[in-house]
Amino acid sequence: MPTVAELAAKQLAPASRAAAATSAVITARNLDLTFQTNDGPVHALKDVNLDINKGDFVSFIGPSGCGKTTFLRCIAGLETPTAGDIAVNGMTPDEARRARAYGYVFQAAGLYPWRTIGGNIRLPLEIMGFDKAEQTKRVERVLDLVDLNGFDRKYPWQLSGGMQQRASIARALAFDADILLMDEPFGALDEIVRDHLNEQLLKLWARTEKTIGFVTHSIPEAVYLSTKIVVMSPRPGRISDVIDSPLPRERPLEIRDSPEFIEIAHRVRDGLRAGHSDDV
Amino acid sequence: MKSILPVLTVIAAILLFWVVCVPPMNMHLVADQAQRDELVVTPETPAARQEVSGAGLALRNTHLIPLAYTFVRPRLPSPHQVAGEMYKTIIGQKITSKRSLVYHGWVTLAPTLLGFLIGTSLGILLAVGIVYSRVMDKSVMPWAIVSQTIPILALAPMIIVVLGSMGIQGLFPKSIIAAYLSFFPVVVGMVKGLRSPDAMQLDLLRTYNASKSQGFWALRLPASAPYLFASLKIGISASLVGTIVAELPTGARAGFGARMLVGDQYGQPLVSWAALFAAALTAAALVGLFSVIERITLKRMGMAAT
Repeated sequence: MPTVAELAAKQLAPASRAAAATSAVITARNLDLTFQTNDGPVHALKDVNLDINKGDFVSFIGPSGCGKTTFLRCIAGLETPTAGDIAVNGMTPDEARRARAYGYVFQAAGLYPWRTIGGNIRLPLEIMGFDKAEQTKRVERVLDLVDLNGFDRKYPWQLSGGMQQRASIARALAFDADILLMDEPFGALDEIVRDHLNEQLLKLWARTEKTIGFVTHSIPEAVYLSTKIVVMSPRPGRISDVIDSPLPRERPLEIRDSPEFIEIAHRVRDGLRAGHSDDV
Repeated sequence: MKSILPVLTVIAAILLFWVVCVPPMNMHLVADQAQRDELVVTPETPAARQEVSGAGLALRNTHLIPLAYTFVRPRLPSPHQVAGEMYKTIIGQKITSKRSLVYHGWVTLAPTLLGFLIGTSLGILLAVGIVYSRVMDKSVMPWAIVSQTIPILALAPMIIVVLGSMGIQGLFPKSIIAAYLSFFPVVVGMVKGLRSPDAMQLDLLRTYNASKSQGFWALRLPASAPYLFASLKIGISASLVGTIVAELPTGARAGFGARMLVGDQYGQPLVSWAALFAAALTAAALVGLFSVIERITLKRMGMAAT
C-alpha cells in the first residue's frame, strides 16, 4: 500500500516539474498577520509579497520582531495569516502541511533523548507510515547526507551540539519533502561550527536540489548561503529589500573575501539600517 | 556514598533526642512502680508527684533513671526495647504466626499494592483525559483536589461499612482507600508531565501532520516519565498510609494498623511502636525500590536527572 507521503509525492510531481520552468513553489500576496495579545494587537506581518522558485535558497534576515520566523511559520501552516494569500506547491499551507510538503528545522535540535539518532530520524517516518525496510534505508541515506554515518545507534547526549543539529536536519530530510524550512538552525552554535555546517548545507542543497527557506540574523551566513536574500524590518514586520545574489552556486568558504560578496553584504546591511532608521 | 555521613548524623541526632526524652516521659510510671517495690522516691506521695514535671521528677530521682529505659509498659519505650520487640516479632516468629510482624506486614502490603495499582491506573487515565479534553480539565481537577481535602480518617470507616454491607470485605475495601489517596499525586504529576513537551516539540509533530494518538505515544508519554516516577514515589507511600488508616477504625484483626490499635488498647505500647517502625521501614523500602527503578529507567531513556 503506498504511504501518504508517496501519494503526496506523486500528486506533486507534475506541479514541481512545471515549477522547474521558473514558476514559483511558494507565493505570498499581500500577506498580513496581526497577533491579538494582552497588550493589544501586534502587527507581525504587513503586506508581504514574495515568490520563491523551485531550487532557490532564500534567506530571511532582519532584527528580532521583523516577522521572519512568523513568515516561515506561515509557509509551514503553523500560523494563519489574517489577510492575503499564500500558496505552497499550489496548495494552502495547511494542505501542504497535511501533504507533508516540507521539512522544518528549528533553532534547537529538539531530538528526543529517549531515542537514538536513528530512532529520532525514524520518528517522522513512523508517523507517516513508511515500512521498516524503507525506514532503515532512508535513515542510512540521510545520515550520509549530513555526514553522520555510523551514528544511528548513538544517543543525542553522546553528540556535540553541531552534530545534534545535523541530526535534526537529517530528520527533516528523511521523508523527502522538496521544501526545507529552517528557523535559525545554527543560531545556538559557535562561529567555527557554524561555518562548517554552512558549507555542508550548501553541499547538501546542491545534492538534493531542495528549495530552502532559511531564517537567520547573521549577514555573512545569509549572503554565503542564499540565491535570494529577503531583508525584513520590524514594527510592522515587512520586506524592505529582496536581493538576488549574483554569486555562483558553487561557493567555497573563501568566496566571503570576494568583492561581490562584500558588496552584497553591504547592501544587506544598508537594507537593515533603512528598516531601523525610524527607531534607532 | 558521600551522603552516608550526614545521614548517620541525622539518625544519631534523632536517637539522642529520643533517648533524652525517655526518662521524663516515663518517670511518673517508674516512680509509682518503684514505690510499690519499696524503693526511695521523692516526693513520696503520688499526688505530690503529679505536681512535678517528668523532667523534674527524673532529676530528683536520678537513681531511678536506668529503670525508665527498661520499664515494661512505658509511655515512651526506649530504642532498644522497640528494636528488641521488632526482632522478636519479625525474626523470632514463624511468618505464618499471628504474632509475626511479617504476617501483619503482608496483610497490609497486599492491599497497598493493589490500591496503588488501581490508584495509579486511575490517575494516569484521568491525567490523559484532563490533558486532551478541556471539559475534563475544567471539571475533574477541582473534584480531585476536593477529594483530598476530606479527612481520610472520616471517610475510611464509611467506605468500609458501605462496601461491607454489600458483602465486599477483606482486601478490596482497604485497596479502595489506598487508591483514593494514591491517585491524586499521579494525576497532578502526570498532567504536568504530559504537558511538559514545549511548543517547539509540538510544532515539530504538527509539521509531520501527526495524529493526537501518535503525539501521545511518541512524545507526551515518554516525556512524562520523570514526572510519573516522582508521583509514583509519593503515591506508594500514600497508599500504605491509606491502607493503615483503613485498618484503624474498622476493627481489623490483622495488619500494621490493627497492631497499632491493639497495642494501644491492651496497654502494649511496644507492639504499637514496633508496628509503627515496621510500617515506616516498609514505606522506605517501597520508595527506595521505585527510586532504583526510576534511576535505571531514566538512565536508559537518556533523561537521568543530573
